[in-house]
Amino acid sequence: MNTPQDPKNALASPLASRTGSLVHAAVRSRLVWPAVALIALLVTNVVKSPNFLSIRIQDGHLFGSLIDILRNGAPIVLVALGMTLVIATRGIDLSVGAVVAISGAFALSIIGGSDNPNSMGVVLGAVAASLVFALVLGAWNGLLIAVFGIQPIIATLILMTAGRGIAMLITEGQILTVSSAPYKVIGGGYWFALPASIIIAAALFALVAILTRKTALGMLIESVGINPEASRLAGVSSRVIIFMVYTFSAVCAAIAGLMISSNITAADANSAGLWIEMDAILAVVLGGTSLAGGRYSLTGTLIGAFVIQTLTTTVYSIGIAPEITLVFKALVVIAVVLLQAPRTRAGFARLRSRKGPSVPSAPREKAIVR
Amino acid sequence: MDSAVPIVEMTGISISFPGVKALDGVDFRMFPGEVHSLMGENGAGKSTLIKALTGVYPIDAGSILLAGQPLLVTGPADSQRAGISTVYQEVNLLTNLSVAENILLGREPRRFGGIHWKEMRERAAAILHRLHLDIDPGSLLGSHSLAVQQLVAIARALDVNAKVLILDEPTSSLDVDEVAELFRVITALKREGVAILFVSHFLDQVYEIADRLTVLRNGSLVGEYRTKEILRIELVHKMIGKDIAVLTDLDTKTRNAVAETTTTIPYLAAVGLGRKGSIDPLDFAIAEGEVVGLAGLLGSGRTELARILSGIDKPDTGELKIEGRTQRLRTARMALKRRIAYSSEDRKREGIIEDLTVRDNIVLALQADRGWFRRIPRRRQDELAASYISALGIRPANPEALVRNLSGGNQQKVLLARWLAIAPRLLILDEPTRGIDVGAKAEIQRLVSNLAEEGMSVVYISAELEEVLRLSHRIVVMRDRKKVADLENDDVTVGQVMTLIASGADE
Repeated sequence: MNTPQDPKNALASPLASRTGSLVHAAVRSRLVWPAVALIALLVTNVVKSPNFLSIRIQDGHLFGSLIDILRNGAPIVLVALGMTLVIATRGIDLSVGAVVAISGAFALSIIGGSDNPNSMGVVLGAVAASLVFALVLGAWNGLLIAVFGIQPIIATLILMTAGRGIAMLITEGQILTVSSAPYKVIGGGYWFALPASIIIAAALFALVAILTRKTALGMLIESVGINPEASRLAGVSSRVIIFMVYTFSAVCAAIAGLMISSNITAADANSAGLWIEMDAILAVVLGGTSLAGGRYSLTGTLIGAFVIQTLTTTVYSIGIAPEITLVFKALVVIAVVLLQAPRTRAGFARLRSRKGPSVPSAPREKAIVR
Repeated sequence: MDSAVPIVEMTGISISFPGVKALDGVDFRMFPGEVHSLMGENGAGKSTLIKALTGVYPIDAGSILLAGQPLLVTGPADSQRAGISTVYQEVNLLTNLSVAENILLGREPRRFGGIHWKEMRERAAAILHRLHLDIDPGSLLGSHSLAVQQLVAIARALDVNAKVLILDEPTSSLDVDEVAELFRVITALKREGVAILFVSHFLDQVYEIADRLTVLRNGSLVGEYRTKEILRIELVHKMIGKDIAVLTDLDTKTRNAVAETTTTIPYLAAVGLGRKGSIDPLDFAIAEGEVVGLAGLLGSGRTELARILSGIDKPDTGELKIEGRTQRLRTARMALKRRIAYSSEDRKREGIIEDLTVRDNIVLALQADRGWFRRIPRRRQDELAASYISALGIRPANPEALVRNLSGGNQQKVLLARWLAIAPRLLILDEPTRGIDVGAKAEIQRLVSNLAEEGMSVVYISAELEEVLRLSHRIVVMRDRKKVADLENDDVTVGQVMTLIASGADE
């Protein structure tokens, strides 16, 4: 339990490591069902198309279904990353989809309005401007929630609703289409044989993982999420922390928005990032972080995000009719969430203890109590 | 009564949590029409045993028989159906619902698929009447004092015609009259043949009401005794398992300290400090190394004063000086920066972070002070946790155990460690020993007197006047949000303070 990354890892307790095997620990971990779901989805795909797992090199770039999943999943991973920290503080951010739309629209409108859309300087400037804009939007959310004490779901609902309007104003109601080679790289380009979006998402994920672990941020976020009042009395600057997570969430969403608009070289104020807040919340919940706040798992979120992305891919690959795609997606999510539910887990634990001998109570363990 | 058939028979009960062996092969039995008291220190396993009986925790080994039949329960609702009702230590009721709704929650009388409100109020009123509790069943629970809420919790437990009634620390927030009232109810229930499990840290009360005692220590059974066959001193000895000399030693030691109160360098001084609806303007001062006891009833303003001194609530009037310099403490954080720490009486809501580890909880205030970016190195955290765990005797001695798995007294020690870790100049302890047992109480009291000797100023708030008198150099008495007395503690008696609390100095 020494990192926020693996809060549910039963291995961390000395008792469990003595009495239980790795399997035991894995079964108790909340990550097991999302991981099983991910593997099951991948296996389904392999059965359907045997070369699903194959990755080939073409023109020095990696290609394959797995790479596609990673690349297309990158925006969800980013949004879910920010969402994890927000949810850990007992909050929720519904405005991420709107921020996705705004950032893409803002960047493309700057690039499109410039003399030379292919200039690296213009693109970097547009990206920076988008991120700063997102920072302001996130700070707005943070201000409403941390300073004015508005409930997160209401506060972010404001931007969720208004945000697409803002994006619409920026694009003047049109779908902005801009061709810019440097901008295209973010969502569609390659670095070191890998899609750039995968590298960007991985880098940000690593940055957050390191930042929360090497500073006290992870612990303080959890503390605020578990018991805000007690944290305040212990001198934790809850406001600063809550402000930070919403600002960060908006920046994550903005990067996702840049990726999406770059990939399709267009900004669509209406459909860019539509429902991505739901996918992100689902990814966080699938990953075992409770909506009640507190202990969170970045690894869990990562797995959750890929479950959702793989699901989308699978729906196409096994040829499910588009009309029932959402229903199918819902069924899988319901299954995983039910398997994760405390009641189900307790049920499994009972089943296991009925089959095998229960945890032996060796007398030497008394030493722990003393 | 030994010839009678026990209604509850628990044999060889063992329960483990990650990192904690909470119960180890404990036997326990209860007889109908008998009050049985479960005794033990913090972490002895009292609450765990109760939760095993009520099905909250599954048992790892052992068996539970209820009236000779194996008891298979998987939760409180189940055990209630089986005839076991519980009132827990912390009142677990819903303050935003009415008294009647709380009493009958989950068993509401129904009509036409909805709730039969009239019958509900009548039934609730009948039960309240049985308890001689004169309150409106339709009033909000939250509008009543903790003591009344406690009695409502008991009313709730009584409604199901329980064969076994478990009262876990029912008296910790009741005053003398209310305790007498409760005991009258207990005696009546006893006559009806109900088996009552009574857990309390007040030995007087245990000796008054209990027929039989079971003593636990560190999750193991020490023994079962008839109350009239065991002397108090023997009982305490069995509970803490160490020499009682510690307690007497403490007594003489603090008395000495009181006698030689050091020169009074005023550390903190407040003039005309007040807050509307909370406390009337008052003067307060505390010297370096001084222990000031705050005495008064619940709601007298003692906690309110503590919250203002520690920056949690802002005063409307008055001035606060720390070492002669005017300071404005607008937040708890600012007070902590000035090394003023406040340990709340409400450790569940305002104290522990239950899903974090003991180590995290101990370093929290220190870490918050340093800011999020400058993390306390892991090695330093381990050292801090280890040193406080051994210094305060926190059990289990596992820094990585989740605080939620610790007993109340040990959680209190973790909180003390959190405040001590910031090396406070002024430590305000609000009911630090409430709901914890003799041994831990003595440890905490000894700690307080040692800290004061080292120069720390301590404000000590407790409902137990003996405790306040034993520890304090000076006593401030509060009544009805006013300061009514400020006395040097030389030969002050409990009776004197009682009189002050009851009537005030000027009347």
